[in-house]
Amino acid sequence: MAHHGHEPQVTVLPPDKAKIKKLWTVAAILGAITGVEFIIAFTMPHGAAKTFIFVILTIVKAGYIVGEFMHLRYEVKVLFWAVLIPILFIVWMLVAFVYEGMKMPVFM
Amino acid sequence: MAHAATAVSEKSVWDGGTSPMGASYGKLMMWFFLLSDAFTFSGLLITYGLVRASHPAFEGLPGDFEFSTIHWPIPEKVFEAVPFLHGISLPLVFVGIMTFILIMSSVTMVLAVEAGHRMDRKAVEKWMLWTILGGLTFLGCQAWEWTHFIVGTDTATVKEVFNVETGVWDQIKITGANLHVNQYGPQDFADFFFFITGFHGFHVFSGVMFNFLIYYNTVTGVYERRGHYEMIEKVGLYWHFVDLVWVFVFTFFYLV
Repeated sequence: MAHHGHEPQVTVLPPDKAKIKKLWTVAAILGAITGVEFIIAFTMPHGAAKTFIFVILTIVKAGYIVGEFMHLRYEVKVLFWAVLIPILFIVWMLVAFVYEGMKMPVFM
Repeated sequence: MAHAATAVSEKSVWDGGTSPMGASYGKLMMWFFLLSDAFTFSGLLITYGLVRASHPAFEGLPGDFEFSTIHWPIPEKVFEAVPFLHGISLPLVFVGIMTFILIMSSVTMVLAVEAGHRMDRKAVEKWMLWTILGGLTFLGCQAWEWTHFIVGTDTATVKEVFNVETGVWDQIKITGANLHVNQYGPQDFADFFFFITGFHGFHVFSGVMFNFLIYYNTVTGVYERRGHYEMIEKVGLYWHFVDLVWVFVFTFFYLV
């Protein structure tokens, strides 16, 4: 950009109504899922089923935040997969730790 | 865009001169930094789960739950206090308010990004101020929650400690928690509370600093002169990540 002595002329575009509406919709979905989590927290007995539901709902929320707020859904496919595929290492960490943790110590 | 130009020549998009990922260097580096940060938080949360599983859980109905340094506490019995409502049991209400505050500040951040795309300086300033306010409110809530956790409840938890000199089991009373004692459960529970929420809280604190920096640059017209508001996008990615981590902390520390 060339150097001018005065402030640059900026064209301000009007708000993208459809996009803003979508962002608020995503926020409402995140709030609603959190509300559902609260209801489940106080109505369901503790156990594997409850934990499973919480994990699913958390992944759904994470999907909305990363996909919509962080815009990853709309990025180039190479970037999308470059971010998502390494998450497999976290899955590996989880599986490996749980597997090792379930082994009986030899001295028992 | 950069990808369309390569269709003309037979060169691959990876041969240089284009951006194969359709994003600037700074934005890519922010993505990969966040990926590495996700590994760190996963390490903390997975370890929390394993250590919790290696301690005995409370056997019995949630209504009969009592604090003990033997069994792992039920989170909703620990986090049930709300400011100005002392003595009233409101499980997870305060942490719910904190979750709501962080989600809202994530929305105002993405609205600031949207305003930046339109070169609308006034709107960017407005939404950035809301985002900073949300971040500061969250930090204030966390300061209160930490204080409450450290000070403890009205009734002390009794812990039996073997006295080597006298050869008998002494009963000691514990209120509150720190890295030495913990009235709510095994010591590891307090340690993980401080490390996980503390590490996340420090991310929020850094985020507020970055947010203030880009707000300052917006007000002084730095991005307007630069011709784009990409800095808002980059810091926005970081801010959304902080919200994302909280979603996981909320589930695995407070709900499960």
